[in-house]
Amino acid sequence: MSEDRRNETIPLLTSRRRLLALGASAGALAWAGPKMGWIPAAEAATPPSKPTGQAVIGLSQEPTVFMPLLAHIEVDEGVYFNLFSPLWRVDEKGEFQPDLVAEVPTLENGGISADGLEWHLKLNDKAKWHDGTPFTADDVKFNIELIQNPKFLAGRRSGIDLIQDIKILGPSELTFKLKSPYAPLPSIISWTFLVPKHLLEKAADFNKPEAFLANPVGTGAFKWVERVPGDHITLAASDAYHGKGPYLEKLIFKYVPDLTVLYTQFQTGDVDYIGIQGITPDHYEEAKSLADRVVTPVPQPFIENIAFNLGNPIFQDAAVREALYLAMDKQSIIEQIYYGLPSPTESFLPRQSWAFNPDLPKHAFDQEKARKLLDDAGWKPGADGVREKDGKRLEFTNSTTAGNHVREQAQQLLQQTWGDIGARMTIKNLPPAVMWGDYWNLSQFDTTMVGIDFMVGPDPDATQYFASTGIVAKGGAGNNTTQYANPDVDKLLADGAATVDIEKRKAAYVKMQELTRKDLPFLPIFQYAMVQGVKGKLEGFTPNVNVQENCWNACTWFWAS
Amino acid sequence: MANFLLGRLLQSLVLLLIVSIIGFAVLHLAPGGPLSQFALVPGLSKEDLARIAHEMGLDRPLPVQYWEWLTRLVGGDWGRSYRDNQPVLAVIAGRLPATLELMGAAILISVFVGIWIGVMGAIRSYSLFDMLATVGAMVALSIPTFWFGLIVIYAFSVNLGWLPPGNRMTVGGDGSFLDYLHHLIAPALVLALVEVAIWSRYMRASMLDVINQDFIRTARAKGLPERTVLWHHALRNALLPMIALAGVEIPTLLGGALVTETVFTWPGMGRLLLDSLGYRDYPVIMGILMFSALLALLGNLLADIFAATADPRIRLT
Repeated sequence: MSEDRRNETIPLLTSRRRLLALGASAGALAWAGPKMGWIPAAEAATPPSKPTGQAVIGLSQEPTVFMPLLAHIEVDEGVYFNLFSPLWRVDEKGEFQPDLVAEVPTLENGGISADGLEWHLKLNDKAKWHDGTPFTADDVKFNIELIQNPKFLAGRRSGIDLIQDIKILGPSELTFKLKSPYAPLPSIISWTFLVPKHLLEKAADFNKPEAFLANPVGTGAFKWVERVPGDHITLAASDAYHGKGPYLEKLIFKYVPDLTVLYTQFQTGDVDYIGIQGITPDHYEEAKSLADRVVTPVPQPFIENIAFNLGNPIFQDAAVREALYLAMDKQSIIEQIYYGLPSPTESFLPRQSWAFNPDLPKHAFDQEKARKLLDDAGWKPGADGVREKDGKRLEFTNSTTAGNHVREQAQQLLQQTWGDIGARMTIKNLPPAVMWGDYWNLSQFDTTMVGIDFMVGPDPDATQYFASTGIVAKGGAGNNTTQYANPDVDKLLADGAATVDIEKRKAAYVKMQELTRKDLPFLPIFQYAMVQGVKGKLEGFTPNVNVQENCWNACTWFWAS
Repeated sequence: MANFLLGRLLQSLVLLLIVSIIGFAVLHLAPGGPLSQFALVPGLSKEDLARIAHEMGLDRPLPVQYWEWLTRLVGGDWGRSYRDNQPVLAVIAGRLPATLELMGAAILISVFVGIWIGVMGAIRSYSLFDMLATVGAMVALSIPTFWFGLIVIYAFSVNLGWLPPGNRMTVGGDGSFLDYLHHLIAPALVLALVEVAIWSRYMRASMLDVINQDFIRTARAKGLPERTVLWHHALRNALLPMIALAGVEIPTLLGGALVTETVFTWPGMGRLLLDSLGYRDYPVIMGILMFSALLALLGNLLADIFAATADPRIRLT
């Protein structure tokens, strides 16, 4: 939803979903390597000895769920990263760094057994809840059991549900076993923010812990001050933080629903940092010239694509999918419509992922070849130029969130270049609450233009999206809305998740990317990057493609004097 | 009077019931729902979503849902927001101060300025001033508020730096009275622009009506000074229809301004409605609907009573 909407009398309803969060992004520098983007000048300036000043983070969506284990969306995570802590977090290189543990368990240090089934955790004994109560192994056990409780409306359960036999060995030590090895678990844990047992076990209804929601208590670098609904959330430096920082006295999440207005407030200096959707591409050139502002495209894990509904007979023909890909003018979409900011891709993984396959066949815009492919497959042009085969016309709709002007332009371009080869596409855009409801989940669309993060945090496991067991329209559990079913892919996904051997995993995912590139259940367009804007003297930022929210390290931000 | 009030009360109850039925039906029958926001949240299975839907009560037949909502409402429980789990009344109450502040300022400006322009336009009808006022009102009514708001921000905040670019107070500031006032200027003026246009047009028409009547001629014939005739005799009579207009304005006063609140990042009722609609936060939307309906009825009732008090020719029966 980060498109330009200045011309609308009533701005878009701000849907809080992450796929909408994507309209505008950028990424010219995005593929330079793990340290891409701008490197903060933190090496040069030194943080203050005690927390000083405040930073205002401008968000175009409003965080509203303050119990991190409940179902929530990514804008809420920006608050979680600062108010709560996971056992370990993932840094910009994709490596795990200890947070509530003393060290991250691995095969090498004996924290995880060779078969991946037995885990031994040593906790950080300096960690305390904001109310002064020490953080202990009891809390960890409570969190795991709460997530596993079938009555609890957990936001994420996969992986954690494999944990059993939790044994507490001491206040800061515990072990548990897994029912089966599951490689993405460390990534899932890096996204699981822990809540205090002593406050939540008292809640009458753990799905609505009112007292806690109104005054959440965590172990993060900042503690809760207040929320003014519809306006902002204030956090203040915690003096008992167990990690590095914090260097800021106050952290304020300011909700500015309209992206153009958000950019204006960044211009005038009322907002110090633009998070989530960032600055819209059409403002990028202008933003770069602002005095005392650092504006940089940073890569995001979202992949913009055209998702096919393979339940529709015309898309079951591989030639149709291949021809439509050939007739997609990818370069014009990126250069003309997205101001050249995002980077073209052939994969479902961001190029920063360790499992990314750089050797996939490159897309080329070739309408002649597309026509020939359809001719050979028996799709003959009818009287009105639209191709037909066995009484079926090559005619379909393409949907996305209504009001996303940037995407609409891309749709119009596709309509043209596909029309040229005899495929008639009609644009059928829907309001967010309709588009991403049953229409998407139950595969009622023909094709959809959508940006998806296929990974589980930094983990390339894409079972949710590609395993044949994940087709909700056929009674499965997952997000496989394209209804893609390929036994080879199912096996590779299972293999990739069941081993902790990273080389074996990589081989599985590299092969898988070849298969999705060949089968084309979705047409990859580009990997998103957002244009991040930050005030010149606010330092300590590091872009991190492994998290969905760039406030992940706000504990180390500081104002250079 | 007592009979009148009782009749009105019964009438209002029936109206409220009808409003609630239509509102509830339209809201729930419209495609989409609050679960769509979780479409791409990783790890949420179909079972998890079903549990959330059950928790929200969405898995029951619509009439049952309506009946439960209504019985709870009668018992004083307006339900809880799906978005942040707060009671609906608390959610609405949290937004009222911001809205009252903005709408109050805007309406105050528009009533005084609008009445003045209307009166001047009427007593000097077809003068240059009147022409300008007429054209100005048309322009003000035609300008899209969203665009105009952004222009004001670009001019006075980005370029000149005189006014803040929105927000109710300095973010992270201490919120002094002057700070609030400073932030209020731009949104109140932008909002007042349209209202001034409306009030001035009504006032001009009403005043023109009055100054051509016999009693004004009589007053002038008695040799009263023109000022007394206009501001005492004529204005008092011309203001009577304005009471009805003010009654209609009361729900607007508390209902907030969708567009202005968005442009100026004002955390009022208008934003709440927009956010809740986007999220399909049914309990809050229904709450706002009932609240607005109540205010509309109350506003009209008050207008009738005041009109009767101010104008002896009107009898409430």
